[in-house]
Amino acid sequence: MQVTITVNGTSETHEVETRTLLVHYLREACGHTGTNVGCDTTSCGACTVLLDGESVKSCTVLAAQADGRDVTTIEGMASPDGTLHPIQQAFHEEHGLQCGYCTPGMVMAAASFLKENPDPTEAEVREALEGNLCRCTGYHNIVQSILAAAKNRELVS
Amino acid sequence: MQTLFGFPVARLEDDPLLRGVAKYVADLERPGTTHVVFVRSHIAHGRLAGIDVSEALEMPGVVGVFTGADLGLPGIGEFPPLPPGSRAEIFRPCLTTDRVRHVGEAVAAVVAETYAQAVDAAELVVADIEDEPAVVDPLAALEPDAPVLFPELGSNVVREAHLGGDADPLAGADVVVRGRFVNQRLAAVPLEPNGTLAYPDEDGRLVCWVSSQSPFQVLGAVCRALGRDRDRVRVVVPAVGGGFGAKGGVYPEQVIVAALADRLGRPVRHIETRSENLLAMSQGRGAVQDVELGARRDGTLVGMRARMVTEFGAYPWRGAIAFATSRLMANGVYRIPNMELTALGVVTNTPPVGPYRGAGRPEAAAMLERAMDLLAGELEMDPVELRRRNLLRPEDFPYVTPTGASYDSGDYLGALEELVKEAGYDGLRAEQAARRAAGDRVQLGIGVSTFVEVSGTGSEYGSVRIAPDGHVVCVTGASPHGQGHVTTFSQVLADALQVPLDRIEVVHSDTAVVPRGTGTFGSRSGQLGGSAALVAGQAVVERARQLAADALEAAEEDVVLAEGQFAVAGVPSRSLSWADVARHAETDAGRTVLGDDGLFAEEDFDQADGTYPFGAHLAVVEVDTETGRVELRRIVAVDDCGRILNPIIVAGQVHGGLLQGIAQALFEEVSFDELGNPRAPTLIEYGAPTAAEVPSYELGHTVTPTPRNPLGMKGVGEAGTVGATPAIQNAVLDALAPYGVTHVDLPLGPMKVWQALRDAGVPGAAP
Repeated sequence: MQVTITVNGTSETHEVETRTLLVHYLREACGHTGTNVGCDTTSCGACTVLLDGESVKSCTVLAAQADGRDVTTIEGMASPDGTLHPIQQAFHEEHGLQCGYCTPGMVMAAASFLKENPDPTEAEVREALEGNLCRCTGYHNIVQSILAAAKNRELVS
Repeated sequence: MQTLFGFPVARLEDDPLLRGVAKYVADLERPGTTHVVFVRSHIAHGRLAGIDVSEALEMPGVVGVFTGADLGLPGIGEFPPLPPGSRAEIFRPCLTTDRVRHVGEAVAAVVAETYAQAVDAAELVVADIEDEPAVVDPLAALEPDAPVLFPELGSNVVREAHLGGDADPLAGADVVVRGRFVNQRLAAVPLEPNGTLAYPDEDGRLVCWVSSQSPFQVLGAVCRALGRDRDRVRVVVPAVGGGFGAKGGVYPEQVIVAALADRLGRPVRHIETRSENLLAMSQGRGAVQDVELGARRDGTLVGMRARMVTEFGAYPWRGAIAFATSRLMANGVYRIPNMELTALGVVTNTPPVGPYRGAGRPEAAAMLERAMDLLAGELEMDPVELRRRNLLRPEDFPYVTPTGASYDSGDYLGALEELVKEAGYDGLRAEQAARRAAGDRVQLGIGVSTFVEVSGTGSEYGSVRIAPDGHVVCVTGASPHGQGHVTTFSQVLADALQVPLDRIEVVHSDTAVVPRGTGTFGSRSGQLGGSAALVAGQAVVERARQLAADALEAAEEDVVLAEGQFAVAGVPSRSLSWADVARHAETDAGRTVLGDDGLFAEEDFDQADGTYPFGAHLAVVEVDTETGRVELRRIVAVDDCGRILNPIIVAGQVHGGLLQGIAQALFEEVSFDELGNPRAPTLIEYGAPTAAEVPSYELGHTVTPTPRNPLGMKGVGEAGTVGATPAIQNAVLDALAPYGVTHVDLPLGPMKVWQALRDAGVPGAAP
């Protein structure tokens, strides 16, 4: 079937099998390999993207379900001039990443969360991340990164 | 110039990772890539009577289906090597030909044009396995009537070490405590599973992209398996999504993918699914420890007797790493005058075990630290006070333990007192007493561990070259996967060469450009890779001074490097930059001074005895005595890893270790049913903790440099897993102490804690 999705502001039309998952559409059809796959049970959140502005695990959405909709991946977060998104910048400044594999999913989950809750407590940030696994950072600096980004609210919105 | 040592330089490697443009193996594209799916055994133990691949071969897109007999690859041997003359080496097959020994063992490889086609075809491969009784439990594997995995050995014991003589190590003790502790098996779960992409390049050289911690080990194995010379194989490690020890060494899948690419003349790729990874990646820990610890009434230790049974899984392979390390570290931080120690390594019909963050260190610390708390309970002594009385003192170093560990330096009491202060230990005890007196349903537990670990054994390669434009190229044999080596080594060289960070390039993880290397594991790279870079860098400075002296027509001893410029002492007006010196190196005059090597030096920095980081951790837990639920309220970690080059990188390493230590204490377990089927076949069952289940961490440091390397640094990557687990286990049992509960095995989930309370007759814990 033919699926048209606006990915990071660009309309992408590809012929795919009906069973194609959104994550495979993004990685294989569109070539956006920044979205990682870390499990096969919707447990790890590495593949989190924004679908019409809200975070979803792209391994649990069919490409067909996203037809006609708007997807943002990690590659779409920086400004066109290359400036990192404030959440990305905060991850850098707070050492919120090590191996980087969970990072795209964490950044996307954080973007969605901060839109809902621009001034969260630490506990709220931790609760919001419970769909995303990280094995390197112990979460400490990821939480600090998101709290730091939230302090910069006008930039986030 | 101001030193960068100790400065929190933000990581230089973050940008591509943050933008999602870094390439992991699964992101690499080669035209015409074929995909491998492995057919894996559902049976834990049996004879492989035959494999029918005929139906699979008929499926669309299938390029080939290969069995062990088709490929004829040599197996992967044991590491560390066997003691000379002990027995014949056992090899882990690259596709088994005759027997299967664990659920998940690969029996065939299906290659197809697309991944989906390979999956579909793999389902039609029929492996005829005549199943035989399996042995899953390591203690059952020691029984005389147990099924034996390798009949040629006569038993399931693959490694054995004994320490001690005829004398009773507990003689003279007023008090002896005893315990059997299970250090449960864990899965490493790097967020990126294993993956390999191999293809012949235009010159017929076989290129292997692997997600690995040790590219040179993969290189050696592929060369041996395929009979290729070293320059006919190139192993490259791209971005790696974590390893934690489990991506060290060599996997059968890596060798098989290389062999398939060689045979088919096409790119071949294998990317593990997570569920596959939970069977195919080496698992960690897995020990049963029987320990007796004796002391005099005043708490002074008299001796210890212990038997440590370490699981190896189905093949010896890399199981001996944790086996040897847990034995080495069994003495911990204490003066233990008498010791009797038996260490047994045992094979079972379970996936192979290998090093996982800590790799023997956490097992040793957990055994000793639980025994110390049992002893404190028996003596009715505060556990901190008991430790104070037995810790080795700074004047004891260097100290060689009865197990043969050569401790470099330490101030164990200093770390413990720092912990007591930072945690507010006395205040916590007061809060606990109040809650006990009030009979609160939720009780407070406080647990302490004091520990030492081993880091940075062996050697690492490093070289430094000054490019003609004056920028610095450092080549390292270390192979990072999230640790921040580029930042770390750049910081070292920025100081040594007095150049800005952005003038330094660090090259790693490609056997075509790195001449040799050991890799990154065992908390080794900062100290070994860093020291190699430093020594090479200092040698380059010396060579540059010779050149500068020539160019400045001065005596070499009068030339100094200051503020990044070479100048004659006292004559700052005449100075040369690194670029000036590099240009001079290219001239005939320069060549006369330095020869063809120019501004280049290399070093294999060797640290045979390693270094011994240490620390003291404290956990505060709340235990609901009606439900058994444990909540980790605080974790305070005082670590001493010698001098700290980059505090944010060190903190990040401690944080990650703490999480994995917490995970072992409270959440994670790999276990099997009696047939050898995994009880946690996916991440849903495995229970790796999320941000919502852990607190922020409180870190402290003491700084005791090591004399064994010029940076004064020790490793820090594993410390969190060593100290945190026993601190938490001690805290939970501290909360349960008033109820007479003295032992609950890891992980301390609500069911086990509730059961222990119920068994102890706690009224609230009734069903």
